[in-house]
Amino acid sequence: MTNPKPLKIAIASGKGGTGKTTLSTNLAAFIAEQDEVVLVDLDVEEPNSGLFFNGILTHEEDIFKMIPQWDESKCTLCGICPKVCNYHAVIQLGPTILVFPELCHSCYACSELCPVDALPMIPKKTGTLRDFQIEKLHFVESHLDIGEEQAVPLISKTKKYVARKYSHVSITIFDSPPGTSCLVMEATKDADFVILVTEPTPFGLHDLSLAVETMRALKKPFGVVVNRYGIGNDEVIHYCREENISILSKIPNKRKIAELYSSGKLMYRDFPEVKHSLSDILDYCITAVRGGIA
Amino acid sequence: MKIAFTSEGTSWDSLIDPRFGRTENIVLFDEESKELTAVDNSAVKNDAHGAGTATAQKIFELKPDVLITGNGPGENAAKALKHIKMRIFVDANDLTVQQAYNNYKSGNLREV
Repeated sequence: MTNPKPLKIAIASGKGGTGKTTLSTNLAAFIAEQDEVVLVDLDVEEPNSGLFFNGILTHEEDIFKMIPQWDESKCTLCGICPKVCNYHAVIQLGPTILVFPELCHSCYACSELCPVDALPMIPKKTGTLRDFQIEKLHFVESHLDIGEEQAVPLISKTKKYVARKYSHVSITIFDSPPGTSCLVMEATKDADFVILVTEPTPFGLHDLSLAVETMRALKKPFGVVVNRYGIGNDEVIHYCREENISILSKIPNKRKIAELYSSGKLMYRDFPEVKHSLSDILDYCITAVRGGIA
Repeated sequence: MKIAFTSEGTSWDSLIDPRFGRTENIVLFDEESKELTAVDNSAVKNDAHGAGTATAQKIFELKPDVLITGNGPGENAAKALKHIKMRIFVDANDLTVQQAYNNYKSGNLREV
């Protein structure tokens, strides 16, 4: 597995609760049995991969975004700033300019277009990044601060930290947020391969099809892992066949797996078939990205 | 007094829109001229965030003395509305504009 080209795998899903974290944590721990690996929890609104690892904190930093701050003494109340703000983060109520930092997308429009420099940009803390080490596994997570609405800048900065610090590590796994929003696109856009985790239920299928559309729009190579296989129906399997989507693995539905998850434990060591699945999934990703298929 | 209502429609018979930021319309009643007018607010539909502050900006420009709404403004909108000299009454959910106005006159709406 020592290959010069680092491999970035994003683990996403349409539906929440299908097993992104289960797969991310188990896959990362499985790889770390032999090789150095980075697991990054990009579900910054509710990161939970960390529950499965008891590592040593190696680095912690506050993450900032830039927001405008009104300088009343310079302001001429010309009315430009509320008009140019697409996000209604700057409004003018008579003689007062109000800035709503949580709504701000740090686009600088109000600040740059202010003719008298009355909206200088200042840093505002938006979250905290933590980096842990558990033998060969590096685990990086970011928490968005309570009340913050913009998770994209935090996800972006977390990825930059990882790219800077771990460019030498051959495999990085990104545990993405659920859904198909901007957050998911930000979390998956640099990935070489995206694994969509789903469950064989009507909800799972519905949201999987949205996630598939998203990945096709992003032109990402992707495959599907069916978790909790054995419940629901066969529609997800039929859908993947019709759409020519590879199913990398089917992880069986087992009470014991849920028990281990709910007590914060990894499960692959207790289930040889799951260990095989992880091995298959990893081989598929490596082959798909490093050109073995061609 | 000028009374503003968040409303799904534009008339006395229209239901109160319980949402502040994402209200479909702002209905205005001028107690002196007895005139009922409405301002369309549907443009906020296109905004993922910031509907509350956008609507607060609009309310500020309409300069009502009283605002009658349903669930009450969210956190950002409430911060903005603090800068506006205006009384705010809530819990007018499921009422028509006319019923909400009657309840306000008889003191049966909760003020925030």
